[in-house]
Amino acid sequence: MLFKNTFVGGIHPPEEKEFTEKLGIEEATLPKQVVIPLHQCTGFPYRSLVAKGDLVKVGQKIGDSDSAISAPVHTGISGKVVAVEPRLTFMGRMVESVVIDSDGKQDVSDSVKPHPVIEKISIQEIVEAVKNAGIVGLGGAVFPTHIKLSPPKEKRIDNLIVNGAECEPYLTCDYRLMLDDIFNLAYGIDIARKVLGVSKAYIGIEDNKPVAIDYLRKKLNRVEVRALKTKYPQGGEKQLIKTILNREVPSGGLPMDVGVMVLNVATCAQIAKTLKTGMPMIDRVVTVTGKYLRNPANLRVKIGTLYRDLIEECGGVDGTIRKVLCGGPMMGVAVPSLDIPVHKGTSGIVVFTQKEIDEMERDRYEEVCVRCGRCTEVCPVYLNPSLLADYAEKGDWEMCKKLNAMDCIECGACSFVCGSRRDIVQLIKLAKDNIRKHVK
Amino acid sequence: MSNEKLLVGPAPHFRAKEDSEGMMRDVIIALLPALFLSIYFFGILAAIVVIVAVVSSLVFEYIMLRARKKTATKTDYYSAALTGLLLAFCITSATPFWAVIVGSAVAIVIAKHFFGGLGFNIFNPALVGRAFLLASYPVMMTTWFKPMDAITGPTPLNLIKEQGISTALSPLFFGNVGGSIGETSALALIIGGLYLLYRKAIDFRIPVSYFGTVIIFSHIFGVDPLFHLLAGGLMLGAIYMATDPVTSPVSRPGGWFFGAGCGLITMVIRLWGGYPEGVCYSILLMNAVVPLLDRYLPGTRFGAKRRLSLKK
Repeated sequence: MLFKNTFVGGIHPPEEKEFTEKLGIEEATLPKQVVIPLHQCTGFPYRSLVAKGDLVKVGQKIGDSDSAISAPVHTGISGKVVAVEPRLTFMGRMVESVVIDSDGKQDVSDSVKPHPVIEKISIQEIVEAVKNAGIVGLGGAVFPTHIKLSPPKEKRIDNLIVNGAECEPYLTCDYRLMLDDIFNLAYGIDIARKVLGVSKAYIGIEDNKPVAIDYLRKKLNRVEVRALKTKYPQGGEKQLIKTILNREVPSGGLPMDVGVMVLNVATCAQIAKTLKTGMPMIDRVVTVTGKYLRNPANLRVKIGTLYRDLIEECGGVDGTIRKVLCGGPMMGVAVPSLDIPVHKGTSGIVVFTQKEIDEMERDRYEEVCVRCGRCTEVCPVYLNPSLLADYAEKGDWEMCKKLNAMDCIECGACSFVCGSRRDIVQLIKLAKDNIRKHVK
Repeated sequence: MSNEKLLVGPAPHFRAKEDSEGMMRDVIIALLPALFLSIYFFGILAAIVVIVAVVSSLVFEYIMLRARKKTATKTDYYSAALTGLLLAFCITSATPFWAVIVGSAVAIVIAKHFFGGLGFNIFNPALVGRAFLLASYPVMMTTWFKPMDAITGPTPLNLIKEQGISTALSPLFFGNVGGSIGETSALALIIGGLYLLYRKAIDFRIPVSYFGTVIIFSHIFGVDPLFHLLAGGLMLGAIYMATDPVTSPVSRPGGWFFGAGCGLITMVIRLWGGYPEGVCYSILLMNAVVPLLDRYLPGTRFGAKRRLSLKK
């Protein structure tokens, strides 16, 4: 079969993983201060459970919401709340945040208690534990995991796919997690399997990580490890399902509509950790990298640590910092300042210097579309991105909707290949936003 | 390390190195073997026609960009040079210079800029230029030089249409026959075409369905498919002109349909039409259909089919 272990469309951006792929996960230095935004997942913002002057302990819940689609947030350091005020976050928005000064003791909160082992715990208890621990999808989508784990009764889930594709350039946090935290990963997969009641589990990994593929094949005996062709966006869940099971998630639907649940490897490992120790989601693995960063690393970082602290910990850069990304270069967000905190969806911090930006920006002016069709060729959901961008430029949201703009997964492959350097995906995102607001 | 000014901008933060300018440059490079062979076969006259066409196209492009107050980019000029080159390739080496300039003017001014310039023209500018010359000066434009010779003679398609004489395949393949400047050597054009496919500068669907349709059609009506593939402007048209990105469909199924339509119209004109050659008109006619193809053949939508195989 021609398209075995891959999907139609996609691109081959430079991988740039060599800076950190051989470096094991290290614990980051305890930050002196953390800024924990009270809005870190898909859904509504939380209200603060603490006030200025309160003393907090590790694992203590500091923000929660009554909304169904939401996950609470906890502190990863012990110390004193010095402020509850709006602070700048990675998207450039001001978000109500809890600022905590560390006392260095790391006293653990009384609320942190281990849960029963997998044989003795009920499904409800697992879902409740995941909810209370504030676990969200760690691949970047930050969708609350407990909602994923409790699908409506009429949807039958028959397959679990664990996403270890990590197709974003630069990022190696999932790769290192598969190598360094395999016991939690395996346990997490077992728990997810129990909750969803599925027997079949797959883990999809791009074939540019042969070490991980071999290692996982040896260690995980009840999980089918699939080596996938290295192609962006293989890690998109629709592409992963198409590749592994040859099922297409219907337009506007969710993976559960084709009987599949997709979980990121880091999410699985976090579920296991929470159930074993009772410790909620207080940290995550972040790849701090860049060509001119002196000591790139895969760090386990407390949520709320500032980017500036992490870049300093990695030795700073040779040259002037000019662009810093939250996430990888394909879908990541260029952050407006270094004084913003790591949130639950921060998979990587990629630092570009003035020199690299100068090289990238040379001759980078936008031209007219010459209809070469490359964007159509690479679009993994078979859209006509250039045409969508044309209508978006004109503000014709009705037409954008007719052309299935809502199917766009925002992978950015179209902008990547565009020979006229148009910001195609940005225009489609704009169209999606306006369709949600204005088009019935 | 404080107060650094950070650049923000939309994702993706990586872009591919290949751009539109490079794509045009690739097509020009791919046409070079055919250019050298045509100068070898048709002599200095062919070289002069090419130079006049390219230079005049560039001049008209400059004038039009100035007149329309547009910022000129390298892509604009590469595209204009390519139009000039292709125009020269599909006219005879006997064309007088003033006619070449008229052709360039029609191509660049009318076919390209009156429709909105690069990216907006509906019809292939080089082919519009050729069609204009052919319609305006039919006798002059069908005076063909024999290769390596200063005497005139018919093209293989003229021979088979008017006298029923077929030409051997080997000269057709190497280009040692009468015809337009760049169209005679199938070999050189195929080499360039392979380069373009390797560089992904053209959509493979269009030449494949174009050739496929010609082969099937020839078999049905009992004419030699190889002769029809190699003779006339078919190689030049299918590989370099039908695939012009601006005037061909963006949608994938549209590409197949477009190529097939070109093949069909070419063969109908060749077998029963008034002209011996139909490549030029077939592509121009199909150009007109492109917006419809893009609209009504957009291709399957991801997730359109539900594949549910749940075990009970």
